[in-house]
Amino acid sequence: MEGDRRFEFFPHTADAKFRAYGKSLGEAFANAALALFEIMTDTSAVKPAMKKKLRAKAERPETLLYDFLESLVILIDTDNFLLHDVERIEIKKKGGMLSLHAVAVGDDAAEYSVGTAIKAITYNDMLVEEKDGKVMVQVVPDL
Amino acid sequence: MTSIQGKQETNPLPKPRKLNSYSYIVEKQGNMRVPVKIFASEALMGKMVQDRCLQQGINVAALPGIQGYSFMMPDAHQGYGFSIGGVAAMDAACGCISPGGIGYDINCGVRLLATSLDKEQVYPRIKGLLDKLFIAVPPGMKGKSHLRLDAREMDEVLSEGAQWLLKKGYGTEDDLKNCEEEGRLPYADPAKVSVQAKERGKKHVGTLGSGNHFVEVQYVGKIFDRNVALAFGIEKEGQVVILIHTGSRGLGHQTCSDYLRRMEDSFPDIIASLPEKDLVYAPAASGIAQDYFKAMCAAANFAWANRHMIGHEVRKAFKEFFGPETDVRTVYDVAHNIAKLEKHVVDGVEKEVWVHRKGATRAFGPGRPEIPKHYRSVGQPIFIPGSMGTSSYVLVGTEKAYRESFGSTAHGAGRLLSRHAANQQYRAEDLKKELEEQKIFVKAASFRGVSEEAPKAYKDVDEVVRVSDEAGIGRLVAQLMPMGVIKG
Repeated sequence: MEGDRRFEFFPHTADAKFRAYGKSLGEAFANAALALFEIMTDTSAVKPAMKKKLRAKAERPETLLYDFLESLVILIDTDNFLLHDVERIEIKKKGGMLSLHAVAVGDDAAEYSVGTAIKAITYNDMLVEEKDGKVMVQVVPDL
Repeated sequence: MTSIQGKQETNPLPKPRKLNSYSYIVEKQGNMRVPVKIFASEALMGKMVQDRCLQQGINVAALPGIQGYSFMMPDAHQGYGFSIGGVAAMDAACGCISPGGIGYDINCGVRLLATSLDKEQVYPRIKGLLDKLFIAVPPGMKGKSHLRLDAREMDEVLSEGAQWLLKKGYGTEDDLKNCEEEGRLPYADPAKVSVQAKERGKKHVGTLGSGNHFVEVQYVGKIFDRNVALAFGIEKEGQVVILIHTGSRGLGHQTCSDYLRRMEDSFPDIIASLPEKDLVYAPAASGIAQDYFKAMCAAANFAWANRHMIGHEVRKAFKEFFGPETDVRTVYDVAHNIAKLEKHVVDGVEKEVWVHRKGATRAFGPGRPEIPKHYRSVGQPIFIPGSMGTSSYVLVGTEKAYRESFGSTAHGAGRLLSRHAANQQYRAEDLKKELEEQKIFVKAASFRGVSEEAPKAYKDVDEVVRVSDEAGIGRLVAQLMPMGVIKG
């Protein structure tokens, strides 16, 4: 991890761009989820009132990250969901496939101040880098 | 199937050669199949070289089946894979279709309504009017539709577009006539849209969303072409009009994403050959290309239904607020994130192409059968929204655009600053006050929605439309001045 930072934002003309860090793929993915919702709201103010189970399966880590973050974007529209944090996340590798199981906690958006909503996840400038027990992921969501 | 040779981007970026005061060219080189043509003045080119949009235009020029040129409109800026403000016509028989060349917000577009009111009647009551519009057209993430669609109704909306809403009693016959494709693309197939996409969209008909989407109350500032303006129902300076900017909401975003992922999984060789994954495409002859086109048309229909519903709600709100005698009519509605199946003449031969317009507006000239009868003698109306607090413009399509840019022109101001940077540089409260001093009133679902859309975060829209006019791909008709805006 870069110091104690879980994630940081960078300028990008079209929208927003962030990097998230972790000691494992799971931790970096969880921090990416947090950064994603930080674009919309103050995630620390969101109460952990609802639990959502998330699953994704893919061959490559980039695709897994895309699908994992997208499952959260879908919840914004279908369940009015805002993330507080990812409570549990597990990524397993089996037979060339990566499978992810996670539990996200958050609340109904009705109670909170919300800015620009995330439209979609993109592959633009997406990075997943694992090196010396440190993982960095980079994402540019479409707003 | 043809594929791109090699993965490397041309490096370093070739310098665009100036052709005249309004256009540049990047000649064919490396794996490019066609040159890149950029409609830009020196001032606009100076901005374009600051991000990666030119490289993106070059990458698009290497896609299979691209015809003529990879075009960049005067408002071009960096996007994902394709630049925003890009136009690419792909051979519909042996080329390809690319979701990235259309964008996540399928059929994002603008609708203009003209009223019988004068600005002097509206200004004294503008704040009350904005409060009313804020309820009529729910903005932001939390804005939920007055309509709830069940599964069967959703499929009907996807098949029938805005026409479904008229059947249910929303809007008027004229709203449909004065809309690109009369609010419905016939190729749509709801079965090609995923359950998740439909789930995301079911509370979204008649909602604005967030980001740069808005409903803006404006008045006619300056009329450049009185005859054309009159034909469009823009009668005099001071006349109040309403500009609506939104798209297909969650349903369209999910449809784009679903097909990007499906193409990625189905065509690993294509992915491996591309400099950016978001350029992924389906070869025209593949089943996925046909499925995506049908799904995209369905999402486009959803967007037209959305803007039709918003138009209806705005009209209702104006009539309740200013009296039932108030006239509010749709001038036109244009898509600026879409691929259209059109016939164009390339090297003397007419062929069917998918014209990808990603942040570009169709700009058909006089006589075209696609234009409503009562506009056909002058050409198709085009609307170019500015940023918050700046002018917007009405233009008219031209015969020259048909020959020069596959019948396309710009779509807006084009971003200059990232949302993040804008958030850091501008405080919403200061901006709101500054705008109010210029008699422009803002009502937003969130503070961030205001600071991210700071006027200085955008390029100069005046210069964008000036270049479109000079290039002859969209001629100036009228300038619209902002009075009050509802934002997500």
